[in-house]
Amino acid sequence: MTMTDTRPSIIVDNVRKTFLIRHSHSMKEAVIGKIRGRKVGSTPFQALDEVSFTVNEGESVAILGHNGSGKSTMLKLISGVLEPNAGRILVRGRLAGLIEVGAGFHPDLSGRENVYLNAAILGMTEKETDERFDDIVDFSGIREFIDQEVKHYSSGMFMRLAFSVAIHTELDVLLVDEILSVGDAPFREKCNQKIRELSDAGKTMVVVSHSVGTVRELCTRGIVLRKGKKIFDGPIEEALEVHKAKNK
Amino acid sequence: MADGLTNPHLSDFRTPGRGNGILDIFTKRYLLKVLVKKDVSTRYRNSIFGWLWSYAKPLAQFLVYFLVIGIILQMDRGVDNFPVYLFSGLVVVNLFNEAFNNATRSIVGNKALVRKIYLPRELFPVSTVIVAFVHFLPQVVILILAALLYGWVPSLLGIVAALVGMLLITLFSTGLGLLFGALNVAYRDAQNFVEIIRTFSTWSAPVLYSWDMLAHRAPDWLFHIYMSNPLTASVELFHYAFWFDTSDGSLATPPLLLIYVAVAFVIAIASIFIGQFVFRRFERNFAQDL
Ligand SMILES: Nc1ncnc2c1ncn2[C@@H]1O[C@H](COP(=O)(O)OP(=O)(O)O)[C@@H](O)[C@H]1O
Ligand SMILES: [Mg+2]
Repeated sequence: MTMTDTRPSIIVDNVRKTFLIRHSHSMKEAVIGKIRGRKVGSTPFQALDEVSFTVNEGESVAILGHNGSGKSTMLKLISGVLEPNAGRILVRGRLAGLIEVGAGFHPDLSGRENVYLNAAILGMTEKETDERFDDIVDFSGIREFIDQEVKHYSSGMFMRLAFSVAIHTELDVLLVDEILSVGDAPFREKCNQKIRELSDAGKTMVVVSHSVGTVRELCTRGIVLRKGKKIFDGPIEEALEVHKAKNK
Repeated sequence: MADGLTNPHLSDFRTPGRGNGILDIFTKRYLLKVLVKKDVSTRYRNSIFGWLWSYAKPLAQFLVYFLVIGIILQMDRGVDNFPVYLFSGLVVVNLFNEAFNNATRSIVGNKALVRKIYLPRELFPVSTVIVAFVHFLPQVVILILAALLYGWVPSLLGIVAALVGMLLITLFSTGLGLLFGALNVAYRDAQNFVEIIRTFSTWSAPVLYSWDMLAHRAPDWLFHIYMSNPLTASVELFHYAFWFDTSDGSLATPPLLLIYVAVAFVIAIASIFIGQFVFRRFERNFAQDL
């Protein structure tokens, strides 16, 4: 076998994720419940069931499915925030998740301090952040407010800066979850443009989005989830068909 | 798909969400630094007196204890230079309480991050212990000034003793912080339990009284256990470093102190191993339990 440029970046192998819906949140509840013979443990809920797929380097894959079908859970498993209960996930290269931008922002710090804080949280070194700082600020378009505390930002400004930091991280694999719907239309267009650039530059991408337009434009392949099971994996147009059919 | 799994070049793949545990504080030094900086610079935002609070709190606490224990209960007469004795023990307990408390709350306190982005979660308790240490330094400055007033002359051995004491407390509170920080995610009872430990901590070490009061009353085995408590060992190291030389020598440094310190280190390091082990077991559920 020869080394080709179609090596996988993400391998998802028979992954199962079970959430335990807990019935008690303190030891007292747990103990008293047990004495009274009530159900104290937790009810298992199968969020992902035996899901397998491989994403090759440079590929852009959309994950489609209804609300609650396990899309976000899948991305969180790939990013390492959650651990699977069975099966395994392997990844290669630097991973960046645009899952919830702005999670690491601190309202009492200035925009500048937050850029450094968040870049570090997303895995960047100090040098990398220094080099990209101007790009980040220019992209966000809020340079005049960069030294103000973030709590005085409007939510739009906040999202612009948060997104800008996230999109400028050094990455090989990008995970995007529904965030392309934030901000005003011009900024959204700028974001889509930036993501397309990354895609053209050969970055691997896994995208969750409700916007058919975005998905069609960014992705060549779609995986459809339904109640935690993979029901389709193939070309994006067919995937959208399957997803739409299941919507009805 | 099957291609991917039979691909022989799996060596450069990794499992996401698996860090190196506590060792990541060395591989992620920059991130750790940034997290510490965030806490330090936001702690006293929007407060008029700011960092002065780091001086005011221990001073108020000192005054109360000095008045009640020193004057009313007359410890001032039993222990030479009691103010220095009291304060040098108090700062050690303060460091422990602050570090332990911060670390216990660190995972729940960083909920937003833990649920959404993966980073080695050990960084949270460790960074808060470092923050506690930063707030402890002003207290050491006051202690040094006070000791100088009482005729303290710095000695190399004294400085080593103080550093060893700080290291001991830092290790011990990190270990306990990992343990209770992880438990606190599943059961918020943990932080209430920690409150109780903190109430005991001041009394579990010879801060407000002297070790020889216990030596006369407790059976040997109990006394040895008492002395091997990392808190007691650190407090005695601080007494040795800042107070002993200024006193008339009537209250000696405990015999066997070196052995107690060695045992205390074993306990502190064991607490880190246990803390890390439990932390790892609970970590896989942090994001979904929070
Ligand atoms: N931490 C959690 N604890 C319990 N259940 C969860 C948790 N996270 C997600 N779920 C459940 O898992 C299912 C899939 O959720 P999610 O992956 O967010 O769906 P999607 O992103 O496709 O809308 C939902 O039914 C949700 O309620
Ligand atoms: Mg979702």
